[in-house]
Amino acid sequence: MASEHTVLQFSSSSSASLSAKVHPLVIFNICDCYVRRPDQADRVIGTLLGSILPDGTVDIRNSYAVPHSESSDQVALDIDYHHNMLISHQKVNPKEVIVGWYSTGLGVTGGSALIHEFYSREVSNPVHLTVDTGFSTGEGTIKAYVSVNLSLGDRQLAAQFQEIPLDLRMVEAERVGFDILKTTMVDKLPTDLEGMEASMERLLALVDEVYKYVDNVVEGRVAPDNNIGRFISDTVASLPKLPPTAFDKLVNDSLQDHLLMLYLSSITRTQLSLAEKLNTAAQVL
Amino acid sequence: MANMARSFLQVAATEEVASPLRVVQIEGLVILKIIKHCKEFSPALVTGQLLGLDVGSVLEVTNCFPFPIREEDEEIEAEGANYQLEMMRCLREVNVDNNTVGWYQSTLLGSYQTVELIETFMNYQENIRRCVCIIYDPSKSNQGVLALKALKLSDSFMELYRNNNFTGEKLREKNLSWVDIFEEIPIKVSNSALISAFMTELEADSPVTQCDYDRLKLSTNPFLERNVEFLIECMDDLSMDQQKFQYYYRNLSRQQAQQQAWLQKRRAENMARRAAGEDPLPEEDPSNPIFKPVPEPSRLDSFLITNQISNYCNQINGVAGQSFCRLYLMKGLHEN
Repeated sequence: MASEHTVLQFSSSSSASLSAKVHPLVIFNICDCYVRRPDQADRVIGTLLGSILPDGTVDIRNSYAVPHSESSDQVALDIDYHHNMLISHQKVNPKEVIVGWYSTGLGVTGGSALIHEFYSREVSNPVHLTVDTGFSTGEGTIKAYVSVNLSLGDRQLAAQFQEIPLDLRMVEAERVGFDILKTTMVDKLPTDLEGMEASMERLLALVDEVYKYVDNVVEGRVAPDNNIGRFISDTVASLPKLPPTAFDKLVNDSLQDHLLMLYLSSITRTQLSLAEKLNTAAQVL
Repeated sequence: MANMARSFLQVAATEEVASPLRVVQIEGLVILKIIKHCKEFSPALVTGQLLGLDVGSVLEVTNCFPFPIREEDEEIEAEGANYQLEMMRCLREVNVDNNTVGWYQSTLLGSYQTVELIETFMNYQENIRRCVCIIYDPSKSNQGVLALKALKLSDSFMELYRNNNFTGEKLREKNLSWVDIFEEIPIKVSNSALISAFMTELEADSPVTQCDYDRLKLSTNPFLERNVEFLIECMDDLSMDQQKFQYYYRNLSRQQAQQQAWLQKRRAENMARRAAGEDPLPEEDPSNPIFKPVPEPSRLDSFLITNQISNYCNQINGVAGQSFCRLYLMKGLHEN
């Protein structure tokens, strides 16, 4: 064995440190395309757009579906469509480039290698995102892969799909609120104050929970956890230490500022309705 | 038989009873798309097209696509139209609803009530019987509010605008005041079951979300300041407009006085003529410049400015209300 010079090697291009981040819009887009797929198709595929962040993370921000047809041993992709759509998208946002492609279904299937090869020609080292819209394992699995070439000496043997870490924290979705995105029907958007109320309630529940935990620890019902203790003390310490008089002054000043604003805006509104009435009166005379 | 051969289209056109638009139903996908587009280009203002279906009194918005930033160039404008057609064609190929139902645009602090918006509305309305404009405010969203609004022009306003008739008399006849220009339509959000399942799966375990952080941020002063700045600007505009009206009324009363004087003179003259047995002169003289009507300035501008002002007032009230909550919360925390 030692005399043989051919070595089985995985030529990986920095795939070790590669990771991907998905914008919630992409998931929404894929699901929508899947729901609207043609009758005979079992899966939808499409192009992923985005950019590569300075730290090497692939930021997937947008996507579009590409029509394709698949039979047992071949895949036909509508390349014209792909290019047209790409040109259209780049007109709007030239900073978003192709970063890979997506497909619905669990894991990588046979036809995927061919499609991946096509995308490798569009961009070096494309990311392959799979979204399990069938919930075949009972949960919606979303995974990202990069392809690694497996070669024996100079000979290409195969391409291996290697899973890369995927960041599914959806700050953008949190901004909109999961309450709206999670349910199938929301009758009314929350107003400023309703949103505030919900946030307050959640904060209150959290404070209560911390109280309960601390009480339990003090009374010896729960084993103390140093980490949690440190977090709690950090949180309490993050409140600025101010003498009560200074704090009262700060709060009261702010309150008065805001009251003044309210007063001004009320006056303005009164003025407006008064002007409206006077205007009509002037016309009647 | 000729009657029987009416096309389906004609039947549809004649027998349809236009039910008023009650609700705009938006897909979560559209909301995310709009937010992404508007936020990425903020503070530049961007627009895009809404696609969907018109079902009875509900307007469903199921997809949308952004427009490239518009430039004042003929050639590029033609290209923009091409882009729109191309995009619609492409989306139709993947079975997206291929029916324009309106457009969306971003705004800065809710300063969207402009003549341009009304003109765009009129343009759209010519082609689509029912359309809405969805307005998204990225600056307000940083406060943890989903600042999404669906607007349409009221029918009575549209009629007036078509005839370009904004004199005081007409407005009084129609009983139209500044609040009646825009109608806000309630928004419903719908998601497909699939998306709902995924989002439930992906929702983080942590009970605190980004939205809560944004809401509980104490520094709202910059936002408030800019609001007040805009308000002051509007006030200046309004007072300019008022001066225009004062000028008009002064001119009008002066003219009326002149007319009266002329009429009295003419009557006295006629009396004298009648006494002398001559035919009286006519009591009107169209050639006289004092009978030429003074053009009344359009009230549209002042209406729009008034709308704008009330909008700023509402925003200030909203922000102040939130701030009160926050301040009292801080106070409570500190006392404990």
